[in-house]
Amino acid sequence: MRAGKLGCAAQTAIEHQIRVGEFFGAADFVEVTQAHVMADTESLGRAGVEWLEALAREEGARVRVPTITDPRGTDFAKAGVLGQAGWMLDLERRAIAAFRALGVSLTDTCINYQTIQAPVRGESVAFGDTGVVIYCNSVCGARSNFEGGPSALAAGLTGRTPRYGFHLDAQRRATLRVRAEWTPRTLNDWGALGGVIGRLAGNYWQVPVVEGLEAVPGSDALKHFGAAMASFGSVAMFHLVGITPEATRLEDCGGDRLPVAHRVGEAEVRALQDAYRAERDVDVVVFSAPQLSLYELRELAALCDGRQFVRPLLAVTSPQVKPDADRMGYTGRIEAAGGHVLSGMCFYQSYAREIAEANGWKRLATNSAKLANILGGYGYVPLLASMERCVEAAETGRLP
Amino acid sequence: MIELAARHATGRPVAGTALVAKDGFSARYDLDRIGGTVSRPAHKLAGRSYVGRILVLDTAKGGVASAWMLREMASRGVVPLALVFNTVNPILVQGAVFAELTLLAGFEGDVTAQVPDGATVEIDPARKVLRIV
Repeated sequence: MRAGKLGCAAQTAIEHQIRVGEFFGAADFVEVTQAHVMADTESLGRAGVEWLEALAREEGARVRVPTITDPRGTDFAKAGVLGQAGWMLDLERRAIAAFRALGVSLTDTCINYQTIQAPVRGESVAFGDTGVVIYCNSVCGARSNFEGGPSALAAGLTGRTPRYGFHLDAQRRATLRVRAEWTPRTLNDWGALGGVIGRLAGNYWQVPVVEGLEAVPGSDALKHFGAAMASFGSVAMFHLVGITPEATRLEDCGGDRLPVAHRVGEAEVRALQDAYRAERDVDVVVFSAPQLSLYELRELAALCDGRQFVRPLLAVTSPQVKPDADRMGYTGRIEAAGGHVLSGMCFYQSYAREIAEANGWKRLATNSAKLANILGGYGYVPLLASMERCVEAAETGRLP
Repeated sequence: MIELAARHATGRPVAGTALVAKDGFSARYDLDRIGGTVSRPAHKLAGRSYVGRILVLDTAKGGVASAWMLREMASRGVVPLALVFNTVNPILVQGAVFAELTLLAGFEGDVTAQVPDGATVEIDPARKVLRIV
């Protein structure tokens, strides 16, 4: 592969992986079964798209293992609602064409563990999107580092990735013991708890083990919990004692050898949420990051019944969930109230700064702690509240 | 001259002015990548230009986008000269390799406390050292 006998694309990919592996002292490579590439064009820019197009023109440039995509930078059917410019869509079309030429499957989802194929315990993968990685490491027991777009694509092209970080048993042991003294019930509370623990952990190499939870969270709760932990702390793996597969008992992950470093209760969760309540008036309501599951859309549809929105409400899901939401009537009920159901994109990956300026959006209400954490850097005033309160804000223009 | 040893390094030798804070780094979360300034209001370097500076920060934060963004920023010349962290995540390493940007990480003690803001520093990735001139 290094000699170019498998083509220039594979050669470029393996050289990139060797340099990354050398940085971390990787001894060798591990074969992967799947790759997941984050590659919205706001991140790629023109330089990234041109690089992708050049790679796709190389003879024999094809992925060797199933390689799928994270959300794109638009929903072409709803670009007008977002106020996106033509050049953004043109760039997206070019990136899509290049990915197709490389044999990449355009799934456009950050919830592939709910919609495409969840990896199993011990399966080595190369996943992008921090929320995908933390969920698959922690809940599925699979093995992945954060793989940025170029590295995830390289893994797709070579079928392997450097063996370091969360591919190693030692890195998967708990490093930080946290006692939960309160158990969330709603998705935004689970997200906020993840955010609190992410901040306490603080970096990629920390693995929190959480004990004391009094209920088993479902997939959507763990989705928000993990996505927020990864967002606030760059954390890639956690253990929940008695819940996640590598911590059936505290001692399974080494947690029994750690002192309880932090106790987290409702007060800490409310404090994080209160930091995102600087205002009450709302310009736009967004449910995104991660994309919504069918169950979340079902809940949202029920909350929308009988209302008429005075502010835009955007609900973002995956291309796999959207047809089911259409068939079940959820899309129709949300849009009858004046909302929009978008698919295949994620709000913050869709030129968030430019669409804010185009639409006059500044005060954004969401139930996603991850989205609230990200959007401050894009000039928004993010407001964090439950799905129910966000829907009320879309109806009145003001958070209750 | 003070010399600080790092455990990990990639890129070419560079010399320049340090921009230092005990805070995190994410190209998507923290930067106005068009204007070349730190844009997150709560960031300790908010409002300051990072262009051509050697950014000395505590740790890599947030998402995977930086892996693409560093190269895109480099293509427009709106990029730090080098990145220096106490701890780094794979994304920044992958992004630095992809963008051919110099990156140093892993020091004895807190590098953000040892390098004064505004200091002239040299980085030698082959020897994995940072020198305060």
